[in-house]
Amino acid sequence: MYDNTRPDRYFTEEHQAFRQSLRAFVEAEIIPNVEAWETAGRLPRDLYRKAGALGVLGVLYPEDLGGSEGDFFMQVVVGEELSRCGAGGVCASLGSHSIGIPPVVKHGSAALRDTFARPVIAGEKIAALAITEPGGGSDVAALRTTAVRDGDSYVVNGEKTFITSGMQADVITVAVRTDPAARGAAGISFLLVEGDTRGLTRTELTKMGWWASDTAHLAFNDCRVPASHLIGVEGEGFKAAMMNFNDERLFLAVQAYSMAQACYDEALAWAQQRRAFGQTLAGHQVIRHKLVDMAARIDAARTLTYDVIWRRMQKLDPLNVHIARTSMAKVTATDAMKFCADEAVQILGGMGFMRGTVSERVYREVKVMTIGGGTDEVMRNLAASQLGI
Amino acid sequence: MKVLVPVKRVIDYNVKVRVKADGSGVDLANVKMSMNPFDEIAVEEAIRLKEAGKAEEVVAVSIGVKQAQETLRTALAMGADRAILVVAADDVHTDIEPLAVAKILAKIVEEEQPGLVLAGKQAIDNDMNATGQMLSALLGWSQGTFASELGVEGDHAVVTREVDGGLQTIKVKMPAIITVDLRLNEPRYASLPNIMKAKKKPLDEKTAADYGVDVTPRLAIVKTAEPEARAAGEIVPDVDTLVAKLKEKGVV
Ligand SMILES: Cc1cc2nc3c(=O)[nH]c(=O)nc-3n(C[C@H](O)[C@H](O)[C@H](O)COP(=O)(O)OP(=O)(O)OC[C@H]3O[C@@H](n4cnc5c(N)ncnc54)[C@H](O)[C@@H]3O)c2cc1C
Ligand SMILES: Cc1cc2nc3c(=O)[nH]c(=O)nc-3n(C[C@H](O)[C@H](O)[C@H](O)COP(=O)(O)OP(=O)(O)OC[C@H]3O[C@@H](n4cnc5c(N)ncnc54)[C@H](O)[C@@H]3O)c2cc1C
Repeated sequence: MYDNTRPDRYFTEEHQAFRQSLRAFVEAEIIPNVEAWETAGRLPRDLYRKAGALGVLGVLYPEDLGGSEGDFFMQVVVGEELSRCGAGGVCASLGSHSIGIPPVVKHGSAALRDTFARPVIAGEKIAALAITEPGGGSDVAALRTTAVRDGDSYVVNGEKTFITSGMQADVITVAVRTDPAARGAAGISFLLVEGDTRGLTRTELTKMGWWASDTAHLAFNDCRVPASHLIGVEGEGFKAAMMNFNDERLFLAVQAYSMAQACYDEALAWAQQRRAFGQTLAGHQVIRHKLVDMAARIDAARTLTYDVIWRRMQKLDPLNVHIARTSMAKVTATDAMKFCADEAVQILGGMGFMRGTVSERVYREVKVMTIGGGTDEVMRNLAASQLGI
Repeated sequence: MKVLVPVKRVIDYNVKVRVKADGSGVDLANVKMSMNPFDEIAVEEAIRLKEAGKAEEVVAVSIGVKQAQETLRTALAMGADRAILVVAADDVHTDIEPLAVAKILAKIVEEEQPGLVLAGKQAIDNDMNATGQMLSALLGWSQGTFASELGVEGDHAVVTREVDGGLQTIKVKMPAIITVDLRLNEPRYASLPNIMKAKKKPLDEKTAADYGVDVTPRLAIVKTAEPEARAAGEIVPDVDTLVAKLKEKGVV
């Protein structure tokens, strides 16, 4: 595969300089600790601080909040390089700000941005996004958690589930129904709830994969939240949530093909070194072909994702086309991940079934990628409707 | 005090070096290049001196091809304040010899008047280990080579040197040239905000001719060859066989 550390039409010298820093950071600060964090079920707060100091958490945010105002390809660099650790849970929790904070930065008041977005970007606070409910995730417009205005506060009642960084989060952007009378997408708003709010109970969930990421069920029981914590305009939360989802999906695509690449790298190294029947595994045509099929799918997913991002930056397409292609990029990339994790475990043989290999872990992380941030089916539905099919 | 740090663009230490077919050198076309790792340590030390309030300005210099400005951007992203690029070659395969580099550096030192020149002990491409020493001779300044610890106190620098027998501590009068060894520090990662800021920091471009230095090589490379490939090993079934084999080869 081509060397993605050199400047090309997507990546400038600055992108690649940051890639180099980040690669060294991941090798020194993350990879040696992955197993310990997977066992602990969460990331240490110190990691957020170190990542904040390096600029990992502020790529797309304004400079006045401590961000770097980098472009989308700078965020691609972050996704690709963090994924080299081969643990999606690390990417998910270290990256939960990227779904939790954009509504605050884009639509929040100056006070909210300053009090909550700034420390998250610096790595001093942890952010989460809470949309999914036990009653349903795909059908966002059906959400039932309510926030009823009472004087200077909203009183929040309801439940959220599968919330990434939900146990550790200090800042939670919660989708709520502020107008109980309104059905569907109308009447939904974003409210910023602090992690230590009275009446909020968090329960840890155990999962198939992504162990280093803390995932929580959140129960809101008469939680009083200052009315000033409303993010943006009341009743306009659904639209903000949809654009937030779109960008989340772009970067889930990056994470998915990068995890596929981590499997490929491990399988290739293994196949070139291990011998069976008088030659290396890579010498057997069956295995060579598997490796090429993996490389081809990774390349296709990556090329599509780069193109979707590039055309968006050039503002070449109407929004519906961009949304459809983003959905297709997510499906293409998670398909590549599914295929490569499966083949990598196969090429590793018995070793691929053993804890401690990247492929074994990524194999357990395939499903969350085809479900989280919009399921495969929902992605196809969305692409079909946006393309007028 | 101003600190001057010369940095060299060299083949990245992760790259597997290939010798050119005609034996005239190693292939550098389309190969990843980076800052010489010892120079990274020197830049880091200079920035630490600045952070400790012992230096006011850090100036990075690179002498070579135009592409060396990438190396200078790296130094700026780490925290150097400004950079000077001296273009002295067009072809990426042209290596400027230590004496020519030292002569250009001597001129820059005259102009810039730094209190300290911090350089790598050698460049990992051809391991000359000469530039710092030559610069010291040309300027008549004191030198401390192979530094694994550095303290700046008033008009003196205390340098712990890694020598064959162990560690040697010397005190040198400033201004001085210090060349740094591997264990002096661990260079920082350039943060994204600093990478973005580096774009706006000044980078002056000069040529060797601006300093009146002739960079024509004085050394001729006779031949470059790959190290001999190691013969494949042999796996023996047990210790007795191993001992027998070793005896047979006459090594025990
Ligand atoms: C590890 C993990 C972390 C997560 N982190 C977060 C987070 O931080 N914040 C957050 O808000 N959510 C989070 N989620 C939730 C995630 O976004 C949802 O799981 C996802 O949106 C699907 O919702 P659901 O689980 O309720 O499934 P459902 O919506 O109940 O769907 C079940 C199945 O039905 C299918 N389906 C649904 N509707 C249709 C349809 N119209 N046509 C055809 N098929 C359909 C789906 O594709 C799926 O296969 C996380 C999930 C996981 C597993
Ligand atoms: C949970 C578990 C329990 C086990 N229990 C036992 C047990 O009780 N006793 C025991 O003896 N073993 C046991 N095994 C080992 C198991 O039988 C081996 O893992 C299996 O035979 C594959 O061997 P390998 O892992 O060395 O893979 P390898 O032989 O190294 O094969 C790696 C990959 O290369 C492929 N490959 C190999 N040769 C060729 C070829 N000529 N052409 C094309 N492809 C090729 C393989 O299909 C595979 O995809 C167990 C394994 C596991 C995972």
